[in-house]
Amino acid sequence: MFFMNVAKAQTDSTASRKLKIDEVDFVTSYYHQDGDHSAVTGGVGNERLNDFGTSIDLQLSRFDKKLNKHHFNFELGIDVYSSASSDKIDPTTISSASSGDVRVYPSASYLFENTKRKYSLGGGLSFSNEFDYTSVGGNLVYSKATQDGNREFTAKASVFLDTWKILLPYELRGKANNDFKYKQGDSAPRNSYNLALGVTQVVNKELQVSLLADIGYQTGQLGTAYQRVYFGDPVNANIPFYSEKLPDHRFKLPIGLRANYFLTDRIILRSFYRYYTDSWKLTAHTAELEVPYKITPFVSIAPYYRFYSQNGVDYFKAKGEHMLADKEDYYTSDYDLSKFTSNMFGANFRVMSAKGILGIKSLNTLELRYGYYNRNDGLKSHLVTLALKFK
Amino acid sequence: MMRYVLLAVCVCYTLLMMTSCASVKPYQKSKLNDAEMVLSSRSIERYENNFLMYREGASGGNGGKTGGGCGCN
Repeated sequence: MFFMNVAKAQTDSTASRKLKIDEVDFVTSYYHQDGDHSAVTGGVGNERLNDFGTSIDLQLSRFDKKLNKHHFNFELGIDVYSSASSDKIDPTTISSASSGDVRVYPSASYLFENTKRKYSLGGGLSFSNEFDYTSVGGNLVYSKATQDGNREFTAKASVFLDTWKILLPYELRGKANNDFKYKQGDSAPRNSYNLALGVTQVVNKELQVSLLADIGYQTGQLGTAYQRVYFGDPVNANIPFYSEKLPDHRFKLPIGLRANYFLTDRIILRSFYRYYTDSWKLTAHTAELEVPYKITPFVSIAPYYRFYSQNGVDYFKAKGEHMLADKEDYYTSDYDLSKFTSNMFGANFRVMSAKGILGIKSLNTLELRYGYYNRNDGLKSHLVTLALKFK
Repeated sequence: MMRYVLLAVCVCYTLLMMTSCASVKPYQKSKLNDAEMVLSSRSIERYENNFLMYREGASGGNGGKTGGGCGCN
């Protein structure tokens, strides 16, 4: 009997050391927006945009002899979009590459988990490429949990080394551009450095909270060269605009607080608040509440609402309100940086089953999420996302 | 000044929550381990977070992506 148990333990141990697929996540979405404040045409013009995004995420793991766990993650994402405003960069081109584009972004990561000492250490690499923009990223992550698992500290350092291929509005190519740093076709860097520090805490059997600070610093070409800024007192009346100019440094400090509470056997409250401030003097508040209702233990529907408010940056003015006589160092008419409030509401539908869904045994979770976004400057958008988890 | 007050309130709130925590045993965590109670960023919200990062001046602090990609459309 003893030898049978030893043999069984050896078999289990060998089996656990084999690399196995934990789960495969497939996420696909459709996004549509419409508005009248296109930054490409100086803050006035069609902002219609359609984006199809799909990603597949493969998660594998294995245990070693010491029963430490090794996690491997591979992801591939593809976004395909068409944009009415981007076609205005160079409307003389019959088939402008910028009117639609494809973004491809593979990534890979590894995480070592010491199951006894309750800490994890890992890193990852990412890549993203589209017509005029390439991004190479790397990150390191460390987390440490208490022995009872009720508190966990996480630190994640990330670097994104990005390169723009400068595209100027076609009217400004080879023309005066108010001492803009780059010419058409130049390569310009944009680097981002982030340190995310987070703490999660179990408060009681029904409540857990997390606090996350994402300290970020960006440097390089932070403005978008093909976004026009129209001046009220232009030097050349035929070309009354220049490329957007923004500072080449930006320090960001968002602090997010999340609290999830199991209110009753059927109702859960998921709440989130974020305060944001940065060196461009933009401050913002975000509040979100999602209320999952369990129709059965494995089926839920979760209506949600999100409110957002930002004060806008000083560099923003509407079309024609910037004056060259003011000798501003920086200027933009991008309404994404203006003062506004937005409301978003929608619902998340989820089905889970260990036995499979829709006759597919390995399909563990199916989620469908819809959101409607409304900004008080007139921008409206719809987003539908489908997520499938296979185990 | 207002921003520092808000930051202080956030930090104090969290510290208060943490100091008044009960010790919860693993077998008492059935509700906390429910899929709807996940605190980290969920894959279903990936594209939502992405477009919000592009359409709004603020980003980060929600466990999602914080860089990479121009977000210029």
